[in-house]
Amino acid sequence: MSDAGAANGALVDVRDVEKVFHRGSEEIHVLRGVNLQVPSGEFLALMGPSGSGKSTLLNLIGGLDHPTRGTVSIAGERVDQLSDRRLAAWRARHVGFVFQLYNLIPVLTAERNVELPLLLTHLSKAERRKHVETALEAVGLQHRAQHYPRQLSGGEQQRVGIARGIVTDPTLLLCDEPTGDLDRKAGDEILGLLSALSREHGKTIIMVTHDPHASARAARTVYLNKGELTREPKD
Amino acid sequence: MINWLSQIASVTKFGLLSIPQRRGSVGAALFGIAGVVAVLVGVLSIAAGFRRAMAASGSPDAALVLRSGADSEMVSGFGRATTRIIADAPGVARGPDGPLASAELFVIINLPKISTGSDVNVPLRGVERPALKVRDSMRIEEGRMFEWGKDEVVVGIGAAREFSGLRVGDKIKVGRYEWPVVGIFSAGGGASESEIWTDAAVLQPAYKRGDSFQSVYVKLKSAESFREFHDALSADPRLSASAMRQTDYYADQSTAVTKLVTTLGYLIALLMAVGAVFGALNTMYSSVSARTREIATLRALGFGSGAVVASVMLESVALAIVGGAVGAGLSYIAFNGLHTATMNWQSFSQVTFALAVTPQLLVQGVVLATLIGAVGGLLPAIRAARQPIAAALREL
Repeated sequence: MSDAGAANGALVDVRDVEKVFHRGSEEIHVLRGVNLQVPSGEFLALMGPSGSGKSTLLNLIGGLDHPTRGTVSIAGERVDQLSDRRLAAWRARHVGFVFQLYNLIPVLTAERNVELPLLLTHLSKAERRKHVETALEAVGLQHRAQHYPRQLSGGEQQRVGIARGIVTDPTLLLCDEPTGDLDRKAGDEILGLLSALSREHGKTIIMVTHDPHASARAARTVYLNKGELTREPKD
Repeated sequence: MINWLSQIASVTKFGLLSIPQRRGSVGAALFGIAGVVAVLVGVLSIAAGFRRAMAASGSPDAALVLRSGADSEMVSGFGRATTRIIADAPGVARGPDGPLASAELFVIINLPKISTGSDVNVPLRGVERPALKVRDSMRIEEGRMFEWGKDEVVVGIGAAREFSGLRVGDKIKVGRYEWPVVGIFSAGGGASESEIWTDAAVLQPAYKRGDSFQSVYVKLKSAESFREFHDALSADPRLSASAMRQTDYYADQSTAVTKLVTTLGYLIALLMAVGAVFGALNTMYSSVSARTREIATLRALGFGSGAVVASVMLESVALAIVGGAVGAGLSYIAFNGLHTATMNWQSFSQVTFALAVTPQLLVQGVVLATLIGAVGGLLPAIRAARQPIAAALREL
């Protein structure tokens, strides 16, 4: 299908994407002819059962993997054609990631974790510190800046993860099951934070989830089932 | 470039900071590398000490004369008349009592080694009065010098330390006789310290040598006089003798042992190094494996594969250098200055010497450790950089 919300000039433009993995001689078609367009500033939820290809699609949009066929353009740039080295630089500039298991560096404080993506920029130390303060403030964790991940609750760790994701003011924030490892209360706080980022700061967010409660907070939800994108969930 | 370097610095820092969580495997690798370096430096310190002892034995303004074709005193021989011609040759320094030349006799006696109790060959040298001026580093450390014409010996400080029955007051068996030890001497750490000295005139009859000698040690007017001295001996039709600088002679004498020990040292170190490389590999694989998700996260954020490879290599090399430095330090503490004795294959007699852990050996040890670290870190580094990010991000 072609996404109904699509418009030419969409920030994210995925066309006829297929992804095939090989297990021995067996071919596993994880994505089949996926088309998806996401306009700038949209908060999109990508739902589907386990193994439906949600994370694979997210990885293709985030430049962590290449499609077998089709094109992936972000802000007009064909990321499917970039080499690994250029993709790394592109990700640093344009994409913020939020992971299910937070993926914080355990030996660094919250502040240093948030600063990580800024190490890839040419900002001075003082400028980096300012950006980090702003990002931690945005997630309400400025008072926990000096704490290590092990000293933070799951919800707080995920907030640090979000602060890290937005600290470079990326084009796109990609969240892979951001509430998957949290209890309902902490999950709600994270979802509220993502909604606010989209609503108040115009962030373009794509969130993979299998939780309808989470997807309800998004502006739009699309479904993946056996590698195919639909507007409605399939039974 | 600065950006790339700061990436490497950051990823390396995270790796190093996480070492406490991996202290078991890190400790094992450090222990292995320290062991390799300690053994390499220890074994090579034998060769270095031996070489240093032999080098200390000669000075450039001193020469040794052997019969033509002889490569050691054991197979050389001169009559008294010949030794006089040699002593009077041009280039030889002279003192108030005549030329500074000592015709010498070199025999071997059996004495038990203190460390093992087994009999070894110990050199017994008969010297003439000028010997003390030819070898000006000789000093009596304990007791007194033997009296000329008397059945007495003085013992080199190294020999006294390594072999039984060589303290002042002891008696040694020389041929059918027993001669008292009356003094202990030092000789600037040279090979003479492994020897027992007596008057050549009393040693000749004890060993039924008539009036013959095996070598002539001479002091030259200067180091430059050697050529003149050498050429004069070569040109003299009465002589069948070859002169060499003492420094060259002793360097030559040390070749066999130092080559053997050095080859052995490198061989042992190489075999151990292979083991240590596996230790380093294991450590770095476990480091990379424990940090799979962390490394993937960094790469997802935009850190480059090159930076990951470099940082894993750097971590491995840094650990190896620490291990190498520990090994080199331990080796220095354990071996430097340690006294021992070994067979000098050219003279078939024991040479006592002190093991020498030189700065060059310490550097060599750390260089070896660096290589072990680099080789051990390479494959894990490549693995870390090649892991598919998407899959690695989900590793627990």
